[in-house]
Amino acid sequence: MTYAFFPGCSLAHTASAYADSIGAVAERLGLDLAEIEDWNCCGATEYSAIELLPAYALVARNLALVNGDLSQVVAPCSLCYVNLRRTQQALRERETLRAQVDDALAAGGLSYQPGHLSVRHLLDVVVNDVGLGTIASNIVRPLYGLRIAPYYGCLTVRPAKGFDDPEQPESLDRLLRALGAEVVDFPLKADCCGGHMTQISADVAYGLLRRLLQNATDRGADLVVTVCPMCQLNLDAYQDRVNRHCGTDFHLPVLFFTQAVGLALGLSPEALGLGKEIVPAQQVLRAKWSTEPSPAPEQPRRPHRRRRDPTLPMPEARSVRHG
Amino acid sequence: MTKGNTRDPPSFPAEVMNAVLGGDALRRCFQCGACGGSCPSAADMNHSPSRLFAMIRAGLRNEVLRSNTPWYCVACYYCAVRCPQEIPITDLMYGLKRLSIQQGLCEEVDAADFSRTFIGSVERYGRSFELGLATRYHLTHRPLGLPKLAPTGLGMLLKGRMALRPHRIKDIKGLRAILSRARVLERVR
Repeated sequence: MTYAFFPGCSLAHTASAYADSIGAVAERLGLDLAEIEDWNCCGATEYSAIELLPAYALVARNLALVNGDLSQVVAPCSLCYVNLRRTQQALRERETLRAQVDDALAAGGLSYQPGHLSVRHLLDVVVNDVGLGTIASNIVRPLYGLRIAPYYGCLTVRPAKGFDDPEQPESLDRLLRALGAEVVDFPLKADCCGGHMTQISADVAYGLLRRLLQNATDRGADLVVTVCPMCQLNLDAYQDRVNRHCGTDFHLPVLFFTQAVGLALGLSPEALGLGKEIVPAQQVLRAKWSTEPSPAPEQPRRPHRRRRDPTLPMPEARSVRHG
Repeated sequence: MTKGNTRDPPSFPAEVMNAVLGGDALRRCFQCGACGGSCPSAADMNHSPSRLFAMIRAGLRNEVLRSNTPWYCVACYYCAVRCPQEIPITDLMYGLKRLSIQQGLCEEVDAADFSRTFIGSVERYGRSFELGLATRYHLTHRPLGLPKLAPTGLGMLLKGRMALRPHRIKDIKGLRAILSRARVLERVR
């Protein structure tokens, strides 16, 4: 099946490593992505702050440009994904809006009726359409030894009724495990990276980024893997500023999930855009990426309970299974 | 909540609810506070979302539209997925931003200008242009902060992650025509 591909503005430059690795991985896995001709910006979180109908019309132009033979449009950026998805949903549900948007599109010689088109996130397509089985059977160099914090950010899974749980998503965890990596328990995996706050209210943004980096570090992650250009940019390019602002010392490389997939598929680091990250991943990969699976974590020994234990009876902690 | 006489201007709560698709859900808020409790930037807001909703219903136009709350919303939708009354809180925050600008009550001038600068770049090129956006916005708003951010920008440039020139879509005329028609329709909405 061919998917209409909406790259989004970041893929050209700030997230060019994402673009590189998507291209390389799609080719290896036989995923057919046809870029939408002459697409425009989705408006990010800025258009709706100023005007409503133009914000919908802006996104609808992209939906109108999708080749009529295709039924699925896929976005690798979570912000684009949510804008496309919500516009499609609003146009489907609201007749007046649909008529007004179509009226606006006509001014540019276009027309759009939301019917068959479904909007998907690239993670969803890779995990659920390509499938973990296909990916596993193509693995050349499993990601053994790497402890990875799977970071979804907010808009990959929210608002609700998307492809994964809105608070405790699992699809990226499952994918990384299928690649052979050790997935660390990362409670903040669907929390916000601050989005545009790095530009307009740095204190707020650095606070949010610090929580994420701290949580991933505390859980022993060697790497963070993301599915969104905004999340990658904030965690990676602003990590140094977070360190200076908060007096921390994080050195946590942040890669795109397609880079992790590509490495396991045996693709070359150059083809995957590795080295474009500001916090370099090279040392970690060299030091931790092993050819052998890491030994199963030792089960913590339960404390021996004495017969007449004077302490209050407490429920026993369930042991957490890794891997 | 709306007055019976149709010639009366809409009340403030009605105005807010009309500004957002599905905004009338605001009526259902029963002040549980799940929104504020889920919000990653609540600590920096001068009113929690639920308090802001109570203030809307009390008709406190000035206090609501001058509040920084919508501008500190990071649009992460945590509140929206946890709201037991299924109120589209994130959309309401966008709506409040629009109303506060339209009525000249917005006090978060920098944040509003950032959005405007972003939109300007989309109208000019059809795509966002980070370098243009960052320099234009920071030069006009916080020139003193620019040296602090410069190393981040330089690092991005050196890694080939920042375009020096914008990319303009082919049918920029068509896009502009669509947006200006949408603007006309929005006014009569």
